[in-house]
Amino acid sequence: MKETLSGNEAIARGAYEAGVKVASAYPGTPSTEILENIVRYPEINASWAPNEKVALEVGIGASFGGGRAIVAMKHVGVNVAADPLFTLSYTGVKGGLLLITADDPELHSSQNEQDNRHYARFAKVPMLEPSDSQECLDFTKLAFEISERYDTPVMLRTTTRISHGKSVVETSAPVTDLPQPHLMRDPAKYVMLPGNARKRHFVVEQRMSDLAKDAATLPVNRIEMRDASMGIITSGVSYHYVREVLPEASVLKLGLVHPLPLDLIREFAGKVETLYVVEELDPFIEEQVKALGIAVKGKELLSLCGELTPGRLRQGFGLPAAQQMAAEDLPGRPPNMCPGCPHRGVFYTLNRMKAYVSGDIGCYTLGFMPPLSAMDTCVCMGASIGMASGVVKVIPEEERSKVVAVIGDSTFLHTGVNGLMDMVYNKAASTVIILDNRITAMTGRQENPASGHTLMDDPTFSVDLHMLCKAVGVQHVRTMNPLDLAECEKVITEEMARPEVSVIITNKPCVLIKREGVFKKGPCYVVDPLSCTGCRACLKIGCPAIQWLPGEGKKGIAHIDALLCTGCDVCRQLCKFSAIGEANER
Amino acid sequence: MSDKVTNILLVGVGGQGILLASEILSETFMLAGYDVKKSEIHGMSQRGGSVVSHVRFGSKVYSPIVPEGEGDILFGFEILESYRSLPLLRPGATVVVNDLCIPPPAVLNGQQEYPAGLPEKIAARFPDFLLIDGQKLAADAGNARAANTVLLGAISNRLQIEEKYWQEALERMVPKKALAVNLAAFALGRSL
Ligand code: SF4
Ligand code: SF4
Repeated sequence: MKETLSGNEAIARGAYEAGVKVASAYPGTPSTEILENIVRYPEINASWAPNEKVALEVGIGASFGGGRAIVAMKHVGVNVAADPLFTLSYTGVKGGLLLITADDPELHSSQNEQDNRHYARFAKVPMLEPSDSQECLDFTKLAFEISERYDTPVMLRTTTRISHGKSVVETSAPVTDLPQPHLMRDPAKYVMLPGNARKRHFVVEQRMSDLAKDAATLPVNRIEMRDASMGIITSGVSYHYVREVLPEASVLKLGLVHPLPLDLIREFAGKVETLYVVEELDPFIEEQVKALGIAVKGKELLSLCGELTPGRLRQGFGLPAAQQMAAEDLPGRPPNMCPGCPHRGVFYTLNRMKAYVSGDIGCYTLGFMPPLSAMDTCVCMGASIGMASGVVKVIPEEERSKVVAVIGDSTFLHTGVNGLMDMVYNKAASTVIILDNRITAMTGRQENPASGHTLMDDPTFSVDLHMLCKAVGVQHVRTMNPLDLAECEKVITEEMARPEVSVIITNKPCVLIKREGVFKKGPCYVVDPLSCTGCRACLKIGCPAIQWLPGEGKKGIAHIDALLCTGCDVCRQLCKFSAIGEANER
Repeated sequence: MSDKVTNILLVGVGGQGILLASEILSETFMLAGYDVKKSEIHGMSQRGGSVVSHVRFGSKVYSPIVPEGEGDILFGFEILESYRSLPLLRPGATVVVNDLCIPPPAVLNGQQEYPAGLPEKIAARFPDFLLIDGQKLAADAGNARAANTVLLGAISNRLQIEEKYWQEALERMVPKKALAVNLAAFALGRSL
């Protein structure tokens, strides 16, 4: 059947058609929808893991048990999963195992732009790179064949344009003749003590060289001869930009980007006059082609930074640009926390207290934006607590009480709890605020071990964050209502002054939680235009529901959008003139 | 079927339903037998940021994004975002815009003003310009939230695609209980 599917939907479909038994992931843009779509196939046991390392370990277990497994994450997630990955390369698999890395050129929603093709080379595993949704489906199925034929995990790399782009896909029926998983023992292969691993390293090298030879005959690597004066080696979405902008050029399209089909590259280079590599981010293919002694042009024409686009390709090849009107300077529209977000009050308070805020990855990273402007660092998932420990180790005594780490519920369970263990164990006195909104909010509200529900929406045990903090040794754990500014100020002041580790857990949910009874909307608020003095105090929380009307009143007045207001009450507490109140009272 | 690829851009603010509208468009083109590619960035933009969705259809489509300066049709859900995206268009492109201003943060807090006179400036550059009161028309059709579908109807007029494919796409993509309102909203838009 024909359907328009996104790359992520097509991968999910491919997993189903390949007879996958287990899927595990931690949500991360742009990879999140892979698992969200796998849920449509009840044959697959799909679950959110607390982090990417655990997700991969679940996949490895399923594979060793003889079932096919798929594990998905965004590019930076592979950094977390790298430890098991490198040894998995040595053990190989039983049931096929596919690891998806969804890269994000242009950093549409990421903290760096790393090119994960290097991981395939570094970990010595084959990597496929699809260029549209049809290939996402086909390559997912192919990955399992390669995985089992060569006894190796396989990586599949997508980029944001592939993951979230939609194109027409032909689907087919799932395979039916896969062996039934059961316990199988083979310690020489699966126990990587040095003695065993040393032998396996030879197996790994042999496998990669076999694959490199066979790569020339894999139909996913193909030469398309057109005009021989210009030959372009390319892969992934770049292939389509090449076809769009340079339709006459001959192309070597690579579906397998590691190991490279060196014979095919030599053959292609011999057929064309000038050879180019068109690739996003790093000169991954280019450098290996140059190492063959073949003259090739690549990164001198295209940037190492950012996504490729048809326009950038045109510019790189010196083609005339389309006639375009110039961009004007217009008010920007950066993302903002939702109206009524429970984190706003905490950041407002931290800003007022001039705290040095060690931040983390999630919606609350937006606490960096003005007017809240209350975040001083943000590096990676779970890092805020460890970094707070580090900074108090070096700064003078009188500055130490200024340091506060903030972290979300999901992020705390991802890798934050390890930092907290270290903080207690090594006696680095700092304050940690767990912004518990009871869902993995930033990526679109995925369940996590503290939310009480699984990916399949079954009710389950939910981690007690308070007891968890106690269990790792925190003596002072308290709960705080983040929508009560006086309480925020009191609790945060007290805990910052404490020369010991303390944890504050906020107790209001994300306003977007859909499950009944978790988030309760309050009464709608209005500004009384007669009492409003135009002092602008309420604008300091940056709530999207509050608008400044410069033309009204003496100095202008504030106005609350009734459709956006969730009745969180934070703005009312900011108004010294009691101009803000519940709508029905006015 | 002509070989030429048609480039459509849907722009607006996160949360306005742009992704669903572009899905309905893509579905329509696929049903009508075309090759279709659609691409947008979401993630951060879910929190009220700018959204640009690219939809391209033709007998064979390569790039999933509209090449800069080659947009044929701009489908704007909000005025400022529509104006911001004009550089993506080719001269003479069609521009259909919902008459709605959503102030961005710097305007909300009074640091900047929402630029005035944007519809007139768009009309001056792109003569094939239509400003639609989507909210009002949708309310006439039975639900102010179906404004997107009114706009879809207005766009459908400018594309040579049989009406039955639009209907079928709406039936496939819109939840059952909202279908009647959306079909009415579509018809209103198509009559513009
Ligand atoms: S999604 Fe939830 S946590 Fe994120 S900004 Fe909105 S209310 Fe806050
Ligand atoms: S804080 Fe009160 S008085 Fe000041 S601008 Fe806001 S509503 Fe008006």
